[in-house]
Amino acid sequence: MSATAEPQAPQRTRSDEARSMLREIAESSALVIVLAIVASLLLGGILIVLADPDVQEAAGYFFSRPADTLSAAWDALSSAYSAMFAGAVYNANAATFAGAIKPFTQTLTVATPLIFAGLGLGMGFRAGLFNIGAQGQIIIGATLGAMVGFMWHLPVGLHLLVAILACVLGGSIWGFIPGFLKARTGAHEVITTIMLNYIALNLVAYLLTREAFQRPGSNNPQTPVIDESAQYPLILGSQFPLHLGFVLAIAAAFGVWWLMERSTLGFQFRAVGANPQAAKTAGMSVPRAIILVMTIAGALAGLAGSAQILGTQKSLTVDIAASFGFDAITVALLGRSRPVGIVLAAILFGGLRASGPTLQVQAGLPIDIVLVMQSLIVLFIAAPPLVRFLFRLPSPRVVKEVTV
Amino acid sequence: MTALATPVATGVVTTSFAKRWRASIALAAIAVLSLMFFGLSVSSGDETSFSLSRSTDFFTIPDFSVPSRATGIVLSLLALGLAGYVAVAASRSRKVGLWLPIVFTTAVLLALLTWAGAGKDATSIQVTGLLTSAIILAVPLVFGSLAGTICERSGVINIAIEGQLLFGAFLAAVIGSATGSAYVGLIAAPIAGALVGSVLALFAVKYWVDQIVVGVVLNVLVVGITSFLFGTLLRNNPELNQATGLPSLPIPLLSKIPVLGPVLFDHTILVYVMYVIVTTLTIMMFKSRWGLRLRSVGEHPKAADTVGIKVNRTRVRATILGGAVAGLGGAFFTVASGLAFGKEMTAGKGFIALAAMIVGRWTPTGALAAALLFGFADSLRQQLGIIGSAIPSEFLAMLPYVATIFAVAGLVGHARPPAADGQPYKK
Repeated sequence: MSATAEPQAPQRTRSDEARSMLREIAESSALVIVLAIVASLLLGGILIVLADPDVQEAAGYFFSRPADTLSAAWDALSSAYSAMFAGAVYNANAATFAGAIKPFTQTLTVATPLIFAGLGLGMGFRAGLFNIGAQGQIIIGATLGAMVGFMWHLPVGLHLLVAILACVLGGSIWGFIPGFLKARTGAHEVITTIMLNYIALNLVAYLLTREAFQRPGSNNPQTPVIDESAQYPLILGSQFPLHLGFVLAIAAAFGVWWLMERSTLGFQFRAVGANPQAAKTAGMSVPRAIILVMTIAGALAGLAGSAQILGTQKSLTVDIAASFGFDAITVALLGRSRPVGIVLAAILFGGLRASGPTLQVQAGLPIDIVLVMQSLIVLFIAAPPLVRFLFRLPSPRVVKEVTV
Repeated sequence: MTALATPVATGVVTTSFAKRWRASIALAAIAVLSLMFFGLSVSSGDETSFSLSRSTDFFTIPDFSVPSRATGIVLSLLALGLAGYVAVAASRSRKVGLWLPIVFTTAVLLALLTWAGAGKDATSIQVTGLLTSAIILAVPLVFGSLAGTICERSGVINIAIEGQLLFGAFLAAVIGSATGSAYVGLIAAPIAGALVGSVLALFAVKYWVDQIVVGVVLNVLVVGITSFLFGTLLRNNPELNQATGLPSLPIPLLSKIPVLGPVLFDHTILVYVMYVIVTTLTIMMFKSRWGLRLRSVGEHPKAADTVGIKVNRTRVRATILGGAVAGLGGAFFTVASGLAFGKEMTAGKGFIALAAMIVGRWTPTGALAAALLFGFADSLRQQLGIIGSAIPSEFLAMLPYVATIFAVAGLVGHARPPAADGQPYKK
């Protein structure tokens, strides 16, 4: 292990390894993060250039006129990155100011489920639990929320509240199961959560074939649109997509910060994450902490589901979770499992994702390039020595190996 | 997996009573459910017809019918008896062999088939077709789970099987189309998988990054790269993504045996390669010096290092080899199926392969058996879709995942990963 700021416990069990890796991510310097993002944009750029037909054509006569290739490459890159900026932050070509900043509100809207789910996963990471199940938790949360949304017809205000609670309930059930299995039988949460993701997906696919879930007059497997009283209100007026869910997400970030940093329960979670044996010796109930963390993480993922079903999609389909559950893993890793970091990382990845349609229309690039950049960023951040090597940075401190 | 089935950090000591009786109770519950649904619920006049032969076989076995209710009851009682046998074995602290879960599963599945075909006079259960497509659908799972077994036996968790399958499928399609030969594509597939495997090895072994993190991220990266190139390069140059199919190579004589012939000996070369790899790997892993070293590095790297085995070199090689095996399995999706590459066409098969590896308890034969079972579940889903059955196909699709959760939770048997699985080795 390269040097970390804290003294290492002399005895290390195997689950410590994962934790110390997460700690290492947590302590990688801000510079490494910035450079990791730069390196990913550069590598993504190489892919964009290679796939560009103009560049391929110009490369055919590279040795007679190399400048053509370079300028074609430059064109491809600049159109891609300007499309990304216009799609995610500020559209300078828009007629009105509102139109110009609309992309940014779209970014925040896309970031909302990422913040919720990322917070839950980050909590798990700090408690030493690698929860890959946000995808399934989002799906089940959104399913229960949708059922309340279109099956029940409650008064304004109450309806939204009940629908949100249903999402929370669904997510927590799906988080409780792997937590319980881990605590009682030791079943590894990575495996159980991956499997539960697929079970959730098949479950919702099955429900959508039922008559009760079928939208009348539609041949696609989708539910009726949820009642307006169960939808998150738009907070900046009808011309912007940003909904109340974003405010809740920021509030949740504060809540998680308070829970983890200021409450006894959060201290227990962190203690269990740092060293379960020590936590047990200190009289904490490790199984209880595991079950609670997973359930709360599931509840937060359920809220991410609410942002989807009550905020943007408004009717249940099999794609309700898109890939937010998996993206949230990268968000939590990039945000070093801390609420502030997660909010910022979610906005960055939300922006990348929100720029997809513009990227497609303006630069003719598939949105998948965003996945490439996102995964490269996380890979680089997870391996600071690699980034230091790529940019020829000196190691921050003299590395003293800690022998196991 | 780090501490996959060990109750580290749980503090709960499972009582030996629960541990001892868990398996027999679970099996008995399944048998009773089977008795209720597939036996007693069927009306007594119904018959189920089975069809076994093809016209090209040496001799034909005529289609036959059985009374549905009686058959379902007999098979379920057989399953119940087996559960009782497990209970007796448990009370005498004896271990039961691998034959028991196989016979048990077969009995319950046959009861299910009998029930599904009950009273449907027009359609008979195509047993041969069912088994043949089970083998075919199991191919990527077998390769994937073998890849996982190789990597995890050396102590490197390979969650990136999905990515290796996908990249193998991609490169096989592109190289196969570019050269116009499906066989060249088949050679390109393991190279693609090995490439993903070497990135995994770089991050996991050299930079000690959490192997689960690398695996998860590599899956996303491969989905991103292949989908991006699919939307740009392959769309602009459709000649690079043709459907080039491997021909079916029936083995002379053997392929004419009724039932067994079409099921086992009438496939593309990829399936025969699969037989060879499973056999070789089983022998190599447990009878060769290579296998002993591989396992020692995964169980106790420090001890292995002490006797002069290069731990990290062994792990890097195993991870790349595993990647290559998974990549070869990826060729199933494109060249072996005669399909062009499609976005995210592996559709989670890599994770089912991971599940098969766990259910198969980190052995090549176990992985094969589990992968075949999951392939059979998939094939059953298709067949029942044709017959029209009361079981929604989504529930059959869930089967592998539920089975895996049961396996890791230790409800049926106990899955123990290699001791040093997931731990980077730091001298």
